[in-house]
Amino acid sequence: MPDADASTPLSAQNRFSALPAGGRHEIDAVIIGAGPVGLFAVFELGLLDIKAHLVDVLDRPGGQCAELYPEKPIYDIPGYPVISGQELTDALLEQIRPFGAQFHFGQMATGLSKTDDGRWLLTTEDDTQITAKVVVIAAGGGSFQPKKPPIPNIDAFEGHSVFYAVRKMEQFRGRHIVIAGGGDSALDWVLNLAPIAASMTLVHRRDDFRAAPHSVSQMRALVAEGRMALHIADIKGLVGTPPHLSGVALESADKGRYELPTEMLLAFYGLTMKLGPVAEFGLNLHENLIPVDTEKFETSTAGVFAIGDINHYPGKLKLILSGFHEAALMAQQAFRYCFPERKLRFQYTTSSSDLQKKLGVKEG
Amino acid sequence: MSEDVRTLVVIDRDGRRHEVEGLDGWRVMEIIRDQGLPIKAECGGAASCGTCHVYVDPAWMDRLYPMREDEEDRLVEDAFEVKPSSRLSCQILMSAALDGLVVTLAPGTEP
Repeated sequence: MPDADASTPLSAQNRFSALPAGGRHEIDAVIIGAGPVGLFAVFELGLLDIKAHLVDVLDRPGGQCAELYPEKPIYDIPGYPVISGQELTDALLEQIRPFGAQFHFGQMATGLSKTDDGRWLLTTEDDTQITAKVVVIAAGGGSFQPKKPPIPNIDAFEGHSVFYAVRKMEQFRGRHIVIAGGGDSALDWVLNLAPIAASMTLVHRRDDFRAAPHSVSQMRALVAEGRMALHIADIKGLVGTPPHLSGVALESADKGRYELPTEMLLAFYGLTMKLGPVAEFGLNLHENLIPVDTEKFETSTAGVFAIGDINHYPGKLKLILSGFHEAALMAQQAFRYCFPERKLRFQYTTSSSDLQKKLGVKEG
Repeated sequence: MSEDVRTLVVIDRDGRRHEVEGLDGWRVMEIIRDQGLPIKAECGGAASCGTCHVYVDPAWMDRLYPMREDEEDRLVEDAFEVKPSSRLSCQILMSAALDGLVVTLAPGTEP
């Protein structure tokens, strides 16, 4: 986790705790998606004493706000004439801090099944298991997954000699490696793998990199020392007998088409949203969206809710503020599932000392 | 029909040609999306993702406003098969000068 920036008091990077993968957890509610709507769901659930865990495929909170437009201004959040995606994320983290939600980052929710005692078991690709009384799907446009370049026959090499992520560094030791891309992922892995690779070549479309400047200068230093190569070119094809790669076909303005021998290709072209395993949760999807009612924002399956961009109902608008409203109504019904014996009392944070205690603004 | 209804010609990823109507000031991406044609456009028009990438018919290239830096950055960093005629359709506003504009959806725009 990067260091929190002391100059920005709202920066809440040190205020959430991320859990290691593979654990077994029991909680009231599990929320899929830690974007703005998933984060605000923690707040609305928390006011009703419902404790939550969040699962997100990204390695940090914020969803699209963090991944797609952290610096872009948003003008339609009530109460904020203008706020950036990152500032909104930080403010929401600050707002939900009293509720102590736990985060499972860098994990894709892959399975949902009913338990013998009527609860839900959510599993992730990294074998985290979370048992919960209710499930809240706040997955936006789906999970962010690596963008695959439209190179002919690339599927046949994937997992053997073409990769979109590094899971085990050792797999790359002593190998001839080409890394494609110009962002932080590409540059970070160039710098990490260059010392253990037989050879390292970075391929990018232009001699300008959006990665952090210090990574770029370290990369340029390695090139200057002859410890790696840099090609400004487009990857047009793969050479070899699948799944074994023997080279990549490059094309550049000055050299035309040429071949570069390599054993491995790591492509980092950013992320794109795919609905992913949620499609298999049996929720009667409508054009890749989850139909819900507009009273409880519950799906066709009792106890499973969908809020934010991923749901669909007549008149739906994909706005962050719609998702906030949906979270509040969802929480009312979630309370009935979590605490069937308790009566739900409607209260305002302005006047309720009970709610203020939960928020930590009034002595207990 | 009022005068500010314009025609946009969209060639989809399967090579099919669609003639659709749009209003002045609408983003070309919005016109394509609202006609129900397949376009991912996942950032919603913020020039942040490259998934509304189109090739503009060469006859129309010189009628477009020049690219802003963020559009050019996204094309280079995030789009595939980028050509001299590449643009992000969320950054092209429909206008009288673009009535009849022809664009082809590029690889990577599939929803």
